[in-house]
Amino acid sequence: MLDRTHAPAFNTIDSLKIEHAQSDQLENGIPVYCVNGGTQELVRIDFIFPAGTCFQPKTLVSSFALQMLENGTINYTEEEIAENLDFFGSYYSTRTDHEHSYITLFSLNKHLKNSLHYVTDIIKNASFPEKEFKLLMTNSKQDFIIESKKVSVLGRRRFFELLYGNTNPFGKIAKENDFDELKREELYQFYKENYNLANCTILVAGKLPNNLFEILNENFGNENIKKINQLNWPELKIQSTAQREHRVEKPDAIQNSIRIGRLIFNQQHPDYFKFNILNTILGGYFGSRLMSNIREDKGYTYGIGSGLVMNNYTGLFMIGTEVGSDVSDLALKEIYHEIEILQQEKVPLEELQIVKNYICGNLLRSIDGPFAVADNFLSIWKMEADYSFFDHKIKAILDCTPDDIQQLAQQYLQKNDLIEVVTGKIQ
Amino acid sequence: MIHFEKFKLKNNLTVIVHNDTSTPLACMNILYDVGARDEDESKTGFAHLFEHLMFGGSIHIPNYDSPLQLVGGENNAFTTNDITNYHLTLPANNLETAFWLESDRMLSLAFTEKSLEVQRGVVIEEFKQRYLNQPYGDVWLNLRPLAYKKHPYRWPTIGKEISHIENATLADVKSFFKKFYSPSNAIMVVSGNVTTEQVKELSEKWFEPIPAGTKLKRELPPEPPQTEERKQTLYSDVPVDAIYKTYHMCARNDDDYYATDLISDILSRGNSSRLYLELIKNKQLFSEINAYVMGDIDKGLFCISGKLSEGVEMSKAENAIDTEIMKLQNELVNERELKKCTNKIEASLEFSELDILSKATNLAVFELLGDASNINRESEKYVKVTPHDLQRVAREILTPSNCSTLYYLKKQN
Repeated sequence: MLDRTHAPAFNTIDSLKIEHAQSDQLENGIPVYCVNGGTQELVRIDFIFPAGTCFQPKTLVSSFALQMLENGTINYTEEEIAENLDFFGSYYSTRTDHEHSYITLFSLNKHLKNSLHYVTDIIKNASFPEKEFKLLMTNSKQDFIIESKKVSVLGRRRFFELLYGNTNPFGKIAKENDFDELKREELYQFYKENYNLANCTILVAGKLPNNLFEILNENFGNENIKKINQLNWPELKIQSTAQREHRVEKPDAIQNSIRIGRLIFNQQHPDYFKFNILNTILGGYFGSRLMSNIREDKGYTYGIGSGLVMNNYTGLFMIGTEVGSDVSDLALKEIYHEIEILQQEKVPLEELQIVKNYICGNLLRSIDGPFAVADNFLSIWKMEADYSFFDHKIKAILDCTPDDIQQLAQQYLQKNDLIEVVTGKIQ
Repeated sequence: MIHFEKFKLKNNLTVIVHNDTSTPLACMNILYDVGARDEDESKTGFAHLFEHLMFGGSIHIPNYDSPLQLVGGENNAFTTNDITNYHLTLPANNLETAFWLESDRMLSLAFTEKSLEVQRGVVIEEFKQRYLNQPYGDVWLNLRPLAYKKHPYRWPTIGKEISHIENATLADVKSFFKKFYSPSNAIMVVSGNVTTEQVKELSEKWFEPIPAGTKLKRELPPEPPQTEERKQTLYSDVPVDAIYKTYHMCARNDDDYYATDLISDILSRGNSSRLYLELIKNKQLFSEINAYVMGDIDKGLFCISGKLSEGVEMSKAENAIDTEIMKLQNELVNERELKKCTNKIEASLEFSELDILSKATNLAVFELLGDASNINRESEKYVKVTPHDLQRVAREILTPSNCSTLYYLKKQN
């Protein structure tokens, strides 16, 4: 008779064989990192520039300079670029974060040479046509106004503003009229200053074609790039609020958005790895304390979680949820109650073990497939660390004790240090 | 090309195995052939509520999530109008845990009042978060009953109204489980670093003892052909006027599905598509506009939805959409434009074969549609479509009498 009450035996992960990205360069010295793998004849290429929000002189600039790139070059109109990239079945996407901007091409290998031709032109010769700029701003403003109807968006904006201060590019929040006042020239100047090939890093992942370097060199390796000095990251002032509790009124809301958190350290800090375990226990996975209590026991919310947002300046710890407006205060009480329990009682060994194994499983998922391996590499490249980062991470996970968790909760999660923003119907 | 092997257990459970040695992980995907279309019209939202209850403990295992997390696994599920799908990934060397967990909840749930009470609350908050507390969130709550008069696609998966969820009883839950959650009504796919022998052995051990149940015989009321244009206007606290147009289209297994899907691509896939170039860029009538097919298994909907630019009159915006539709009906799409769309589909199919989870889910869906091996024929079915097919389908379905339009307008103060 089959015994269904006992779980099958299982294996734990105590080391990870992480495939390393291979470091190479183009003829003119542009660094190229490669992750070769996968089963399909396709690649993803990221062109990475230090052009993130930390460099922007005013709000919206970094993101919209990047969005303007595909809107026309000195050689092709927006329509010609889109038509050809679509014809070759390629996908073009962009994103920015605090430090960098990313221009990404997804292409089948058989169309790579043709697709890359247009992406190269976008990067080198974008012309920022006035007509396209106007349209982008008009439509983006409308999108911004729609987003501003959501309690989650209003809450998040206010939270970042309170933590970083409104003179800091991570805290300064766009206003509606910023979209009207922004000028094409401001974006073009940002592009000219920050999209210098000398600062470009290329990351390729997928089943790499034999002629990859030939193609990359044709497009990017032939011209001399001006060698420039070590990149200077701008100095940023942080001015957090002194007040703990904040309310943003939206009287017609039927759910309130809750954000609670603080600025904390980033990944270079010795407490980072173990704090990440504490964060996971509190709100970082489906079985977390916050989910178990506020969703799975009380039914106050569809979801609640906590997380860490890291950049090279500092890190941010944040709890976030949307709860029924009528139970907003009860949910707040339960959130602080769960934090207090972590400060007052040691986490049971069994629960700690679940979380450790879950995090290790995530590590395994984070290296599944060439794109994931590339993203994994990117995470350490961004903080100028090497692969030993992951060895330290695994060691910290294996070493972490209930005492460590309790001590970290006492040190970093004092209620007085946590900024609270509730957005919605305030009673 | 996705290679796989398929076998049936004695209790009728269909099992598909896809081996991919490039990953250290394994994925288990179980699709139950039940969705919102199978609900009683006075108890809507039930298939989705039930999905939540599947995580509330099974007959021998009080908690589903913890044992999975303990072995480094992760899981999720989703419900549509057609299916309910559960999937998990875990380190491949812990595969047996997946069999243990999933077979126990296919055998029987714990059925506790507490779990039902809590998940009712959770789903009601989900209803509020996704459908009521977002601008335009309630579009489909209004549009579905406008487009459908008979077929159960007339309500969304979350349900018609919150009271249906509030009124769910434990007896409802039990009978729903008995009717739909059995090996005869499920398709299991295991993908990743696994072998067919291993999956076969584990399937026989954990799943074969489960009683077969009966295969669901579905007798849904077909939607009668629409003969008149339908229109509805809604005022809401939104900053921008929007328009939503739906047209009845063929079922997922119909040959014309591919031409219909391609029409939506020609209209709005990518920044070189017709609606983007004409209505957003040239005429500047819309700030965003999309055309898409819903992908339903039964006869479904072709949709066009857009947000109007500031100051644009609705009639002008709608006329511009109609002009683009007439162009499709009056002029043949040229070969290059069609080739562009099929190239894009070829690439997106290749990219969807990168991870074991999407491969597993897609295999299960194609098996439900009739035969998993059709997953490898999708690309050629799109390539076969001709400009004449596009014109014929556009003339057949994109007509005023087949159209339901929802005008979603900002409330004037």
